[in-house]
Parts: sequence; structure tokens; C-alpha cells
Amino acid sequence: MSTGGAFAWFEAFLADCRGENLLVEEVAGPAGPARCLRLDPEDWGAFARLAARTGLRWCAVWGEHRPPRIVVSACLERAGGYLLARTAVEEATPVLPSHTPHYPAADRPERHLQDLLGVVFTDHPDARRWVRHRAWGESEFPLRRDFPLRREAPGPTPPDADYPFLRTEGAGVYEIPVGPVHAGIIEPGHFRFQAIGEAVLNLEERLGYTHKGIEKLAEGRDAEGLARLAGRVSGDSTVGHTWAACQAMERAAQLEPPPRALALRGLLAKRERIANHLGDVGAICNDVGFAFAWFQFSRLRERWQRDNARVFGHRLLRGAVVPGGTAVDVSPQEHRELAGAAAALAHELDELVPILEENASLQDRLVGTGVLPRETAERLGTLGYVARASGIDRDVRRDAPYFPYDRLEVRVPVRAAGDVAARLAVRIEELRIGLELHARLLDMLPGGAVRVPWRGAAPGAEGLGIVEGWRGEILAFVRFGPRGEVARYYPRDPSWLNWPALEVLIDGNIVPDFPVCNKSVNASYSGHDL
Amino acid sequence: MLRTLYKIARTGVVSEPAAKDAAPALEVVGERLRAALVRRLSRSLAIRQVDAGSCNGCELEIHALDNPYYAIERYGVRFVASPRHADLLLVTGPVSRHMEAALRAVYEAMPEPRLVIAVGDCGADGGEFGVSYASCGGVASVIPVDGVVRGCPPTPAELMRGILEVLEIAAGQPK
Ligand code: SF4
Repeated sequence: MSTGGAFAWFEAFLADCRGENLLVEEVAGPAGPARCLRLDPEDWGAFARLAARTGLRWCAVWGEHRPPRIVVSACLERAGGYLLARTAVEEATPVLPSHTPHYPAADRPERHLQDLLGVVFTDHPDARRWVRHRAWGESEFPLRRDFPLRREAPGPTPPDADYPFLRTEGAGVYEIPVGPVHAGIIEPGHFRFQAIGEAVLNLEERLGYTHKGIEKLAEGRDAEGLARLAGRVSGDSTVGHTWAACQAMERAAQLEPPPRALALRGLLAKRERIANHLGDVGAICNDVGFAFAWFQFSRLRERWQRDNARVFGHRLLRGAVVPGGTAVDVSPQEHRELAGAAAALAHELDELVPILEENASLQDRLVGTGVLPRETAERLGTLGYVARASGIDRDVRRDAPYFPYDRLEVRVPVRAAGDVAARLAVRIEELRIGLELHARLLDMLPGGAVRVPWRGAAPGAEGLGIVEGWRGEILAFVRFGPRGEVARYYPRDPSWLNWPALEVLIDGNIVPDFPVCNKSVNASYSGHDL
Repeated sequence: MLRTLYKIARTGVVSEPAAKDAAPALEVVGERLRAALVRRLSRSLAIRQVDAGSCNGCELEIHALDNPYYAIERYGVRFVASPRHADLLLVTGPVSRHMEAALRAVYEAMPEPRLVIAVGDCGADGGEFGVSYASCGGVASVIPVDGVVRGCPPTPAELMRGILEVLEIAAGQPK
């Protein structure tokens, strides 16, 4: 447990809690970077109010049914120090004050908890269902222990036709419903625009279409099985989610992967980030009619993925990160090839980026489009490049570093404007920084083994993994059951906190600019819907 | 602008004459694809892609079909926005129960012959997600399927071969 600079605020905060007569007690929590406080359920809301006042950032909430109670955990952070707040409610009366009045970021995560575990948040400002459509009923809760994973459906699941969308009334206001199936090759979700003329007055998102029971599916798996599942939480974040899940499991099991494995995970994470940014930079430009960029960047991405396949056995790096280390290694020959390919990519970027920057019509479309002001980003708990493009200087790799980042200087690009142009600029700079780190990780690659055998975790052992994925902070909680099987897995993809930003940043923009705004954020549907 | 032209000229043609990871070679697959299209459809193939609950990994590789290495358009294959113009439906994911109705609706909106390919291990049988309270499993559990391209995700070359196979089979049948 760290107690250093990251937790300089902790004692004063604890004293404040007690000053407000909150029943808090510091307890041993999941293995990992967070300090853990046990709270009385009645104080759950007051605690959030105090935490918000103290400047803690809200990260996540999840629950676990441990009959006859439901244990609820919320994760917050300040200055690189993580805090886990815990409480428990009776399964028969699972009532808890909401964090949402103090943290808008808690809105959808709490509704997710309500839909899957039946926790009722008394003063939640919007108690509509969220991830639940029509696959299960209002009084059924899939994450309760008595709910069977393979419950049979009585018949075809009807469409989610009666979701109570919000409405804006007014002269000239019309509604444009889009999805869940979209025109392009993208994931399913529903967007409901209220517009006047071409201008968007309001956007309401409706997600949950790709809910495939990931949390329930995790129950009873072994460590390898959980890693496989984690790698499929969000297809473009295989390394990020698998690393977070393995970190959580390894911490719970007090298993230290070899340094070479951790450095390789860092390298793989860089490769994942670079591939995704290459794809998105091209796609963002293409959305505003600059096909040249799509052609060039998709070509670079393809080459990069082919190297992944050749050296790591998979174009999207599936299966490379495993409990105890990595399933892949690089030979001296491959080491040289990777370094050479990365240098060639850096050279191509030197040629291509000025073309994007000097293209007046491209910049014209992107500057001032889809602005997310910094205060809004702070309020929503926005993460990753979306936050950094709105002036928020945040990155787990630098703020709460884990090996290998505690040995490296991680530069964090920040822009103030908060528009699509700023998000594009941050991503381009992350490509460059990613390539620098890629080179340094190759240079520092320690010798030795890449994997230690998984020896299992003690019954009841818990771990918390927190890594910076390419989209932003990824959090994974794992608790093992009596036979060393996974009893609970909760992955918090950064998209949970970035989807609400899209709703805000589109306001006042024209409807035809939605695709480029959406792409510039690129939140994951699957990572959110679970 | 000059810089752009220079870069275009320098990049040259990267479209694969022969992809090393493809057997038969991509070019051969592409040409057979074109030939099958000439026989079967009006020389072009309109594909509607539907993500019925995937992790998005399959979509990334379907996207790659458009990149200059595969450039699937050169064989007459286009991705279209509406099922009404689609000859073929490319469905990814285990079909989540929340997408079940939407997938059926897309299928029913298609004109005959309504070819369907289930993409990925998930599309084949539910893959890692199987059948559960939230997942119907493979695509065939919801709509009729003409072909399956396995993989997690299948590579772009595998996708091209899978599309070709279904077309060749379809072309062999009377219209
Ligand atoms: S087959 Fe693999 S890549 Fe495709 S949706 Fe399923 S898990 Fe994702």
C-alpha cells in the first residue's frame, strides 16, 4: 500500500469525514494501489459530497452479491492516489444514497448497478433503466447469485421500444432517431437528436445493445479464462483490458510477473495505442472528406498490424498478455525489425503530419467543431485523449505509475481548445510519443523469462488493476472465490466516462458533423455495454 | 498540395498483388470474386454489415478490407448503408438479445436472395460469449446463414475468401 506523495491529502480527508460525523474506518482492501475505507450505507451520499468538495475524481462503482448482502465499492482518485470506498446493503432492502448529485460521472454506472444487481439509489436524479432493455425484467437481476447465466429466453427478445426518452418541446424542434444499426461499419447504439434546422439542440444516447453478460460470464472462470474474456471486453483494447485484469489477479495472488514480461506489456500497449490512433486519424480526416489521409493512415495501420501478426502472432495482439506475464517474446532479430518498422513509421509521420496541418479546408472543418469545455470535462470525469484535448493533464502512467512506466518519462500532450482539431492534435502527438516510448522500451527490455506460472489465489483474495489504456484509464476489479475461481470481475472501460462527453460536445453543432465528432471521441460500445 | 502529390507519388500502389498470408493469393481470390460477381449479380456486390453484439474486433478487420492493401472495392464489392440495397449481410458478434430484433428487421428489409455470412467465432457459435441470458449465441440461431468465416477476428484475407466461397456457392445455384 502506498502512503507517499500521492496520498498527502488522505489524512486530512479522513479527519474531515470524521468532522462531519461520517462513520468511516480504514480497512484492508483489494491488493493494489488504492487505500480502502469502510462506510456506513447511510453515509454513502454524504461521503461523495465531501469527496467532491475535496477535489477527488470519481472513477467507478460496482457491486457484488454476497448473500445475504450486496457489497458496493466506489473508486475515486486524487493526485495519483486511489481511494476505494466500500459499504454493504441487505439484499432484501438494497437501498443506498446516490453519488450522482455530487458526481455526474456516477449517473450511468449507478443505473448499471441498479439494472444488474437491484441496488436502488434513493436520490438518483434519473432512475431510468440503462443497460437493461428487454432481455430480463424489472425485478430480475442478472448479477444476483441465484440468476442463472444460461437462463433460457421465453421467445425472441422484443425491441426496446418503450424506453422513456427525454423530449424537448418547442416550435421548429424536430427529432432524428438514429440506430441501433448505423449506416457505416460501426457498433450499434441509438442516438436521438433534437434539432432546429441543422443545429443540434440536444442529443440523447441510448446504449446497452451489445450487452453480452461479460460480468456474469466471468464468474467461475480460472485465471486464463478471465484473461481471455478481458481481451474481448473491447476489441481495440485487448492489451489494455487484459493487462488491467491480469494486474488485478496477480496482485490478488501476490504474483510478480518477470520484468521482461512487464516491459513487453508496455510495448504491446504502445503498439495497441499506435494502431488505434493510426486508424482514427485517417477516419477523422475521411469523415470531413479528406480521403488522402484515410488512404495513407490505413496503409500505415495495416503494416503495423502485419508486424503484430508476424512477431506476436495476432494482428490485434489477442492472447499476448496472460496471467503471470506474456505468452509472447521478441527474438533479437524481431527486436531489430520492430525498431526498424517503428523508425520508418516515425519518418512517414514526419511527412504526413505537416500535410494535415497545412490543409486549410481540413483545419477549417475541425477547428471549433465539437467543443468540450474543460469545466465540463472535469465535471463528467472525462478520460484519456478526450480529457487531454480539453486541457486536463491526466495519465495513469505518469500520475500513478506502474512498471515499466515508473522507469520512464511519460510525456502527456495537452491542448486547451477541446475541439475535434485538439483531439486530433493530441492523438497525433500521442503517436509520436508512443513511438518514442516504443523505442525506449525496446532499448530497456530486461533479459530473462516472460512468464511465471500461475499458482492460484487464496480464497477471497481481491485485487485492483489500474492501467492507462489507449482510450484512458482502465480499471479492473477481481475477487476470487473459495476454490480459487473468479467470483467477481468488473472492468471499467474509459468509455463509461467519455460517452456523456459526446452528448455535451455535439450541442450547437450541425447534425452532419456528428460522425466526425463521434469519431474524434471514439468511445467503445462493447466496453461500455459489457 | 505539392507535398500531398509528392506523398501520393512516393507511396505508389500498395494493393496486394499477392499477400503472403493469403492462400490462395489475394489477387486470385479477388479475381475469382469478380468472376463470381459477373455470373451471379450485376457485376457488383453490395454488402450491409451489421454488428449484432461484437467486441468490435471483427469490425476492425472488416474495415481493413477497404484499406489500400486489400482495396476490396476494386473487385466490385461495396459496403452500403441500407439493407434494401444489400445483396449480402455480414453479421458479427454473438447476437446479443438486445440486438436480436434489430438484426431480424435488417434481414427482413433485404431483397432476395438475402445472402448472410456469420463473421468470427462469435458469429459462428457465440464464441467466448456463448449462449446466455444476454446472448443468443451464433447468428444462425436468429436468421438463416449461408456461410461462416471463423476467427477471432478473421483476418481481412480470410474474410475475402469467405465472401468468395459464399458467392461461388450461390453462383452455382440457379437464380
Ligand atoms: S469473434 Fe472475436 S473479434 Fe469477433 S466479435 Fe467475437 S470476440 Fe470479438
